[in-house]
Amino acid sequence: MNWNVILIRYGELSLKGRNQKLFEDRLIRNIREKLKDYESVRVTREHGRLFVELGEHPAEPIMELLKDVFGIVSFSPAIRINSQIEEMEQTAANIFSSYPGISTFKVESRRADKRFPIRTGEINPRIGSYILDHFPHAKVDVHHPELEIKVEVRIKGTYIYGKETAGVGGLPVGTSGKVLLMLSGGIDSPVAGYLALKRGVELHAIHFHSHPFTSERAKQKVLDLSQTLTRFGGKIRLYVVPFTHIQTEIRKHCYENYSITIMRRMMLRIAEKVAKQYDLKALFTGESLGQVASQTLESLQAINDVTTIPILRPLISMDKTEIMQIAKKIGTYETSILPYEDCCTVFVPEQPKTKPTIKVCEREEQKMEVEELVSEAVEGIEIVDFHL
Amino acid sequence: MHYLDNSATTKPYKAVIETVSWMFEHTYANPASLHGLGFQAEQTAEDARKKLADELHAKPSEIIFTSGGTEANNLAIHGVVNRYQNRGKHIITSTIEHDSVYEVFQKLEQEGFAVTYLSVDENGMISLEELQASLTNETILVSVMHVNNEMGAVQPIAEIGHLLTGYPKVFFHVDAVQSFTKIPIDVQTMKIDLLSVSAHKFHGPKGIGALYLRKNKQIAPLLIGGGQEMGIRSGTLAVPLIAGMAKALEITIAKRESFLQNTHIWKTELLTSLTSLKRIRINGEKGVPYILNFSCVGLKSEVLVRALEDETVFVSSKSACSSKKESPSRVLLAMGRKRSEAISGIRISMGMLTTATDISHCQKALQNVIPTLQQWIKV
Repeated sequence: MNWNVILIRYGELSLKGRNQKLFEDRLIRNIREKLKDYESVRVTREHGRLFVELGEHPAEPIMELLKDVFGIVSFSPAIRINSQIEEMEQTAANIFSSYPGISTFKVESRRADKRFPIRTGEINPRIGSYILDHFPHAKVDVHHPELEIKVEVRIKGTYIYGKETAGVGGLPVGTSGKVLLMLSGGIDSPVAGYLALKRGVELHAIHFHSHPFTSERAKQKVLDLSQTLTRFGGKIRLYVVPFTHIQTEIRKHCYENYSITIMRRMMLRIAEKVAKQYDLKALFTGESLGQVASQTLESLQAINDVTTIPILRPLISMDKTEIMQIAKKIGTYETSILPYEDCCTVFVPEQPKTKPTIKVCEREEQKMEVEELVSEAVEGIEIVDFHL
Repeated sequence: MHYLDNSATTKPYKAVIETVSWMFEHTYANPASLHGLGFQAEQTAEDARKKLADELHAKPSEIIFTSGGTEANNLAIHGVVNRYQNRGKHIITSTIEHDSVYEVFQKLEQEGFAVTYLSVDENGMISLEELQASLTNETILVSVMHVNNEMGAVQPIAEIGHLLTGYPKVFFHVDAVQSFTKIPIDVQTMKIDLLSVSAHKFHGPKGIGALYLRKNKQIAPLLIGGGQEMGIRSGTLAVPLIAGMAKALEITIAKRESFLQNTHIWKTELLTSLTSLKRIRINGEKGVPYILNFSCVGLKSEVLVRALEDETVFVSSKSACSSKKESPSRVLLAMGRKRSEAISGIRISMGMLTTATDISHCQKALQNVIPTLQQWIKV
């Protein structure tokens, strides 16, 4: 089909006033960014509706890209023609025949441009009978049509729409402020990042690297995952924290079965410091209740205790299979399952404590120079920026 | 930078790079073409073929060029079994072969061949008695490597060859990728039927190697096409790479004697240095002087590899770290090493370009790094 525009539907019902404007501006910016490789394609707004003007470009690859943009509820390809009834009939018939295997349809028209001489009640039967005349297998079904052909007569011309495709929903990235994602190389944390982006945040991520105990390939995995998330987030900033000294200090001074809990507490302290420094409003993690020893309620409590910054855990009640499904959908799964761990088994205790207490954590941490270690790690941070 | 991973691959000699580059520019004709340029290319390939043959005490017509060691090994094994499986379906190899032999045997086993995997002792040596006891009327192939790529053990190739002269139906294949040019090989006295070599292990180009095939012995080809290399390996000859391989061969042979003397001294130095450290186990001490393998028990090899890299020393490990999937070295396990030893094997391998400075630097790095890392490990 030679579609020449795509209509984009967006917006949550609750959005009003200034928020609405902010939302729209940001959504347009994000769509333009996503489509930047298509130089002649333009994104326009009129009467509270967004259009992608395709020019000569085929619609399919662009519709694929729109599926990744948060804030879009649905979209439909359309053909804009002159408001002439013969042209409208022919175009509607072409659209009908471009969906093979479809036989039942319905025409629904709106006449916003009242100068158009034919009334709505007459447009539908004219176009409908034209299709019926040309396609013997075509049947009208006003209740459950396989294809609804929408016709809109507007001042600029008439739009005839094809099938509506669902978008990803959510809020446009950049409308909800900035957050910091704890990004390991595993399956869960990139999914948490995706869900954070879905609610319109701008994503920053933090990763802890323990050279030589973890490999360059493990770090590369995190770089690759960050790049993958730009598909949804546009741009992502990654903080890579040198973590070896903290690991070895924990090893040296603390109870072995508390090492994971204390390691997580140290990570949170560093993350909080980074968040404050860069005005990031919350932390996101890929924790899922009870999945591993460090994700029991007792562990979460012991870990959470070191900070007051909100820690948001979008996966908290998801099963591993659900998380894996999303990871596959967003293209992070294949990278995540590569066999390079973010934390080498050198530091994994035989029996990590599943019910650690804050009191013991604090006592163990007194054996280390916590403040200095945190500052040293933050100072050693390497920043890597990713964009689409 | 101190590159001590020469069993993985070597840096090409400058002269090799120049030869290959010159050849790519000037001798680009197809050696099978009838014009003068083709003849020139053919002559270059034939000169190289003769050099390889001379080094093996073979005839030029017994050399088949391949893309490297993996192809030579595959061609040898598949070539024999595809042609002679009607004579018997029993084949013999060892538990410590390179993957390009071992995995082929595994595949053939799945396809219905009876396979004997000869065990090795704690020094990584097979036993002639076990080999003899394994031979049956059905046996058509024995494939044993000369020098092991992980820990350097040298198998008694001449003795095996001699033993197999009593079994005329049996082909004897030797994977000589780690020994060719470094240790003299005589296919006549060693009674070898097939032997694989690879250029990039002796400072030649990657992507070229050869298979020696004894005269009057037939094998089935893997690649069918233009019938080059007497129909056994179709495909236009990579003349520039072949010339590069011959150049590397020439230079390496000239350095061989001093190389073996030096590496002997260096290996001894490194071994002495290592024994002063705790929890070190040497693997295959008696092997070739240019390969040294040790396990630093409790410390995964990849951690040590990365820590040594920080000291600009480049060595190898055989195990990949992952808490979910640890892969111990199959070779070290075959030598009876414990799992903890087999996941912590480190290989230092020297080449013709290795210097005394590389070794002393490596020695210092080991002394620095190992005790530091050992503080953090669980034993």
